[in-house]
Amino acid sequence: MVAFDEMTGSGQELRPAYDALDRWLKEAPAETLALRRSQAELFFRRIGITFAVYGDEESTERLIPFDIIPRVLTKPEWTKLEAGLRQRVTALNMFLADVYGPKECLKAGIIPPDLVYRNACYQLEMVDFKVPHGVYCHIAGIDVVRVDADTFYVLEDNARTPSGVSYMMENREVMLRLFPELFAMHRVAPVDNYPDQLLATLRSVAPRSAPSDPTICLLTPGQYNSAFYEHSFLADKLGVELVEGSDLLVKDDVVYMRTTQGPKRVDVIYRRIDDDFIDPLVFRGDSVLGVPGIIGAYKAGNVTLANAVGTGVADDKAVYSYMPEIVKFFTGEEPILKNVPTFRCREPEANAYVLDNLEKLVVKEVNGSGGYGMLVGPHANKAQIETFRRKLKASPEGFIAQPTLALSTCPTFVASGVAPRHVDLRPYVLSGANGISCVPGGLTRVALKEGSLVVNSSQGGGTKDTWVLDA
Amino acid sequence: MRIRISHTISYEYAEPARHIAQILRLTPRDHDGQHVMSWRIEPSIDGRLRASQDAHGNIVHTFYADGPISALGIKVDGLIETVDLAGVIRGGLERVPCDVYRRDTLLTAQDDALRAFTDEATAGAGTPLSQMHALMAAVHERMTCLDASGHTGVGAPAAFAAGEAIAQDIAHVFMACARHLGQPARYVSGYVARSDDLPLGSGAHAWAEVYLDGYGWIGFDSANGLCPIDTHVRVAVGLDFADAAPVRGSRQGGGGENLNVLVTAQEAGSRQVNQ
Amino acid sequence: MLSRTADSLYWVSRYVERAECLARILDATTRLTNLPSTYGGAGTEWQSAVLTAGCEDTFAQAYSEANERNVCDFLTFNPDNPSSIRNCLALARSNARAVRTALTSEMWDALNGAWLELQRFEKKRMDREEFARFLDWVKNVSLVFDGSAYRTMLRDDGYWFSRLGVYLERADNTARILDVKYHVLLPANEQIGGSLDYFQWTTVLREVSALTAYHWVYREAVKPVLIADLLILNRRMPRSLAACYENISRFLDSLGDAYGRQGAAQRQARRTLANLSNTRIENIFQHGLHEFIEDFITENNGLGNTIVEQYLQ
Repeated sequence: MVAFDEMTGSGQELRPAYDALDRWLKEAPAETLALRRSQAELFFRRIGITFAVYGDEESTERLIPFDIIPRVLTKPEWTKLEAGLRQRVTALNMFLADVYGPKECLKAGIIPPDLVYRNACYQLEMVDFKVPHGVYCHIAGIDVVRVDADTFYVLEDNARTPSGVSYMMENREVMLRLFPELFAMHRVAPVDNYPDQLLATLRSVAPRSAPSDPTICLLTPGQYNSAFYEHSFLADKLGVELVEGSDLLVKDDVVYMRTTQGPKRVDVIYRRIDDDFIDPLVFRGDSVLGVPGIIGAYKAGNVTLANAVGTGVADDKAVYSYMPEIVKFFTGEEPILKNVPTFRCREPEANAYVLDNLEKLVVKEVNGSGGYGMLVGPHANKAQIETFRRKLKASPEGFIAQPTLALSTCPTFVASGVAPRHVDLRPYVLSGANGISCVPGGLTRVALKEGSLVVNSSQGGGTKDTWVLDA
Repeated sequence: MRIRISHTISYEYAEPARHIAQILRLTPRDHDGQHVMSWRIEPSIDGRLRASQDAHGNIVHTFYADGPISALGIKVDGLIETVDLAGVIRGGLERVPCDVYRRDTLLTAQDDALRAFTDEATAGAGTPLSQMHALMAAVHERMTCLDASGHTGVGAPAAFAAGEAIAQDIAHVFMACARHLGQPARYVSGYVARSDDLPLGSGAHAWAEVYLDGYGWIGFDSANGLCPIDTHVRVAVGLDFADAAPVRGSRQGGGGENLNVLVTAQEAGSRQVNQ
Repeated sequence: MLSRTADSLYWVSRYVERAECLARILDATTRLTNLPSTYGGAGTEWQSAVLTAGCEDTFAQAYSEANERNVCDFLTFNPDNPSSIRNCLALARSNARAVRTALTSEMWDALNGAWLELQRFEKKRMDREEFARFLDWVKNVSLVFDGSAYRTMLRDDGYWFSRLGVYLERADNTARILDVKYHVLLPANEQIGGSLDYFQWTTVLREVSALTAYHWVYREAVKPVLIADLLILNRRMPRSLAACYENISRFLDSLGDAYGRQGAAQRQARRTLANLSNTRIENIFQHGLHEFIEDFITENNGLGNTIVEQYLQ
């Protein structure tokens, strides 16, 4: 399987976006690259940008490997991609408003009702509840992959609490420090206005009862969460308090922060805690991370939660397979971004095909995340394939399957020198009361192992800076 | 039958609590089988009690109180008129599509043993209705009902494996089996009045309801081995116990807690019997 | 400011200060036990180091004998001792990490750098020289952290809470040193004279880095009553109880002014400061040095609890 390379295309040509970078790479000695990489690592370690790997007792804090060679997109490439992202996120929000409201798309047979109603992410508490300003998914991370010069596929929609945006910003920061000469050679669109856009988005969705300068806070599960660095980074950049569940208190359906000067009312909560843990009075009763009564305050219209509760039903992998129809139904337009062809194992015919072709397919668990409940057929051994075969037979409705895509590659600095490695891209799309915004680029994740297609940081993936050239 | 219900829940805290928040599903609604004549909920301390409705249509009270609180009592008194409709529920409020109740939850998870048991129990039954009756009989036969005081819930698979469980888990077992057969099933919390027809005593109780095409929701009380009659008072429904629990609460401070529950459900006008 | 943030800032400072104090105690004790045996004490120096650190119970659970190896291990790297230098620095960092954005990057660098460096020390087998270097390093971490706070923090409630942590901990530490060594400062011992007492006294001074200061202040040979005066009542001495309370009271007043509200914490701190200002060292000896210090430790803990209730929960 020959993958499209973002620098050299399908063969020996040099794609224009990479012109200057290629020249620079050819001139830079390997020792320089190695030195810069170790400087970058030192930078990340000093600022404490680490992530936790669950089940890894040895070191609970690790660095995500950073690759110093940027991934470059031209302005026209980005423009088209951005239009597709806006369309997709618009549809996601309309879909959510519909399934928790009039349910037109279910009545029209766009998606089997069963898939929504039986989904544990379809939060019954949200049925017939009008979210502030009609926005459900304020922050979305849409994972896209590229297969040729013109085609991007959406691999996954992340509509709950997508992470990684701090890496997008810190990657740029370290590149600016270490490679000023590269920035002199390129006109790279900035990403450092992301926090401003996020803050504007959060302010725009404050409840109507809130003062004109609403109090916003970021709710984190705490410092042992794998994305804690990001939570504290964002709170800092936004200039809002970083709170844990125990810092908040609900009284008479109003949420307050405990401060040294007594309780202070909160209007908007950017929450990075999953639905299940956010309110022990409504969801999991054993949650110590959440805030008892917060759902009551939310439903009384006294506080806005971003993202809204129950957005998980939109990014479920089983629902994903219907996204092209969902986009068309709600926007009336043809989808700009394609979906990866998906076999719904709940359909017997599809499952039969999947069972016959496991070694060629990627099988994903519905409701799974982080690449743990996933089989990459071409790279799996017999035992792994058999395990999935058993799972698929036992509960086919729990899985979908997709052909392995030839993800595009980018030049990456690895032990053997500069070599192509597979990448994906997670752009971040913000939806507020005043529309949608999206900073150019996003987080490029790279599978550092030769030939590997798994880019998750928990599975040995790294990241790169992503450049959108402004000219 | 006219049933008088008195339900007292008392907490004592080792140290005074600073703040208490509770969600109470303690108020029944009217439907064809029951008519609420009077009902009141009274907390023993000052606080804010707000009524609302949850996703399933249950009447929910949210109670907030500020400390220091060393003891809290919630007292429920009510009078309700019931008629025997052989377990069929009509004229109630249905807010969510019945497909929702085909969802598996932590407490109603299926395992191989439950699936095999269900398939065997319902093998001879022709219609879905007769399948459910066969299932209720089989669960009643298999499971011994334990007294709720002194035991806690463990969820369907563990309860089934143990062969004995409190009423709420017997309902979970039945629901897991019904959902395995593809039937929407939900949890009901409520009360039963003393009656010669019931093998178990009176008081707080839990059973299940299944949605059958052509009939609607029908109650199945596997712990008693019969469909609910006019002795049964429905208070709240949900996906499982956690979803329909009479009280869910949280508090700050307070240390350890001592909980006492006293329930009486009697036919009104009948002689008081001390429990 | 979030109560939890203030709480963490307060504890970060307390733990760093505690680590430094442990390093001073170990340093001074090592010096005392290194003297030739004719000058040597009763052989209880290591036991008294454990007492000063205030962890005799946990120590007794872990070891049967208070010798150099056991005590040094217990007070430095032992993970089972919640107040070992290692755990103090770990707790300081973990509190700092939880409120990362409330610290300046210099303060965070100081703690995070120290944590990484500590793991290097932890892996080494240390001889006495290396151990001395380690203790110096710990004191240095505290200096760098404290200096970063002093030089880079905004002068608002965050800074004041962090200072309150420093001075409450420092007052506690100075009081504990006095509590353990009070008997060598009693007049009865002065009669005995001799070199042993002299070195015990100078050890007390070294534990609070005040040997040089003593000579500048009193221009006299080392005398127990003056040592007590210096450590308890002398406001020029930065580790004295009076100096600590002068600061505590000042920072509590700053909080009270900024928030427009005074409370029990302000009142308690002023009362203690007034006691320290209005008494003379002779009176303290007259009424019993030991009782005075015990009362002070209780009062100081009480103020800590009041601050927690008033601001931090």
